[in-house]
Amino acid sequence: MKINLSLMGALVGATLLFPGSASASAECETITLGSAISLTGKYATNGMHAKNGYEFAIQKIKDAGGVQVDGKCYNFKVIYYDDESKGDRAATLAERLINQDKVQYMLGPYSSGMTKAIAPITEKYQIPMIEAEGASRSLFNKGYKYLFAVLSTSEQYLASAIALAAEKATESGKDPSSVRVAIAVENDPFSLDIRAGVLEDAAKFGMKAVVDEKLPRDLSDMSAILTKVKLLKPDVLIVSGHSKGAATAVRQIDEQNVKVPMVAVTHCEAADVTGKFGAAANDILCSTQWAETLTYEDSLFGTAANFNTEVKGAYSDYANKKVPYQLAQASAAVYVFKDAFERAGSLDKEVLRDAIAATDLKTFYGDIRFSEAGNNIAKPMVLRQIQDGKYNVVAPSAFASHPLNWPRN
Amino acid sequence: MDQIAGNISLLFQFPVVNLKIVLDGIMIGSLFALAAYGLALVWGVMNVKNLAQGDFVIAGGYISWWLVERGVHALLGVPIAFMVMWGFGWFIYRVIICRVIDRDLFTTLLATFGLAIMIAQILNLLFGSDTQSVDLGYNTLYFFDGFIDVPIAKLIGVLMAGTLATGVVIFMKYSRMGQAIRATAQDRRAARVLGIDTDKVYSFTFSLNAAICGAAGAIIVMVWIIQPFYGITHSIRAFVIVTAAGLGNLPGVIAAGLGIGALEQYGAHIFGIGYQQAIAVLLLLIVLIIRLWQQRRARQSLQ
Repeated sequence: MKINLSLMGALVGATLLFPGSASASAECETITLGSAISLTGKYATNGMHAKNGYEFAIQKIKDAGGVQVDGKCYNFKVIYYDDESKGDRAATLAERLINQDKVQYMLGPYSSGMTKAIAPITEKYQIPMIEAEGASRSLFNKGYKYLFAVLSTSEQYLASAIALAAEKATESGKDPSSVRVAIAVENDPFSLDIRAGVLEDAAKFGMKAVVDEKLPRDLSDMSAILTKVKLLKPDVLIVSGHSKGAATAVRQIDEQNVKVPMVAVTHCEAADVTGKFGAAANDILCSTQWAETLTYEDSLFGTAANFNTEVKGAYSDYANKKVPYQLAQASAAVYVFKDAFERAGSLDKEVLRDAIAATDLKTFYGDIRFSEAGNNIAKPMVLRQIQDGKYNVVAPSAFASHPLNWPRN
Repeated sequence: MDQIAGNISLLFQFPVVNLKIVLDGIMIGSLFALAAYGLALVWGVMNVKNLAQGDFVIAGGYISWWLVERGVHALLGVPIAFMVMWGFGWFIYRVIICRVIDRDLFTTLLATFGLAIMIAQILNLLFGSDTQSVDLGYNTLYFFDGFIDVPIAKLIGVLMAGTLATGVVIFMKYSRMGQAIRATAQDRRAARVLGIDTDKVYSFTFSLNAAICGAAGAIIVMVWIIQPFYGITHSIRAFVIVTAAGLGNLPGVIAAGLGIGALEQYGAHIFGIGYQQAIAVLLLLIVLIIRLWQQRRARQSLQ
């Protein structure tokens, strides 16, 4: 342990990003968390965001004096393994973290698919896992007791776009049931949830889905769908396919000159659509778990805006682009661990699990309170619209900072 | 089922859709055809089934993207990617391929598969796994009430692909090296006896293949998006096209590329875009079955 500590001290000292923190944290002991995360493979971009989020929060907690458990001071350390964006690999690595590295507490991987692969294992060994990147609602109907998620579940991602379309239809004197919806989603648990959420909400208004298609996993071309969209002229177009889906949609909607009054997409920031396609991205609606313009705040990270600035300062990668919400929620997950450890006053994983379940925390990322099933029920999803290259919150109306540009052209 | 019927009826309701689908297919197919063309060369001449074909394409795309980020004009990226990948292909031939070329099929497959994984991961480490693309900023041409759209960038891409393919065909036909390559493809031993340095021919062929792929990638990054792990998509298509066209039939490869592009688009329109890749593989199966059946008949006639 001694060697470990001095090593860590040296590491911290070498980190020029946060000078002066080495002496304060050198006396703290270490709580080891484990995480299988996608550093290579198709989820690598977002996996990296998540890892940065974990590390940022850990450093931040260290600078603020560590985690106080029963009068002793601790710092977090994470053992990461690369799951290569493959579910079976993620499951193997979770076993390895628990059995060989003796990890007692887990942070989640990236994506619903990976979380789905790992959750049965953490459940089997009764290891509490707080995850920040798996939003599929199918994670929360299995009766898992040790799985907690700080983010909103995925069926909520774009469902509010439907409500918005209904609102606009009523405003222009039409019946909401006359709204026609086009859906193009990737064939994975996350995107299928989004589709389910949208269809459910559309059914509530009596809307009809005129296009309902699955995007191929690895082909960056959706012109066949857009041709159909052009023919059938729907009022809303919903696209979900992680970063590449967003990039492909924005590029081809512009190229094919597709005119739909409302286009809603996931993962806009992760795909950097404004940076890559400029004006072509204007007036597209993007769902987000979190935005730096929201009025949330807490005592560790400060306001959402403050979090945004500090991350940009700590990681030069984000200097010229949006800090993605994938990073913010990863930091929030670490923060929940800190809060739960302090309330539990013990390192026992059962006591900790109960403390996590009782979480009622206000954070820069939004309120966090877990349902019986483990998902966060205290935070709403937000829709932002790209207006002149800027992401402005337009829905729900309680948080809206700008009016919606509608119809899109 | 309803949706399929609806999709088919759309084709008749709006006949112009057919034109659009065929055009899209040809534009996509011409890019697939380039990589397939290179594969046909390497397969036919060296009997190496290069599983890293798609990754060469993506590598070429990243070279062009990297240059554009540094202020080079995107169209210049194509010849530069061609040249850089030529060098890369030569290097790979010297380091890996020339050691496995005389071994059995399995060894070359394993070697190129390993190479494919290496390239994808190296690109991932160098450039990150973000999807990347180059926006040329050119307009799009619209016909038929804006229904048919032909982005000028895509048009340029197709023209470049066409020029490159024609150039290679002429080169193979009339140049000394082209003749040597064809001679080696026909009979390696005889070519050697007649004084052709087959090792040189091989390294030239492999470099040429890598260069063609590189140029294809540089074009693809202008009209689509690339990502370090997209190589396999292009590899699969290249194999489908070459198998469908048959070896030693270079114009056939181009025709098959365009045909598969168009058929895929039709399939995607009728059955849903999720089945687009399934259609490519289904076509491969059908072609293989027909080939097998033809061969069987040929054998029976011998008996």
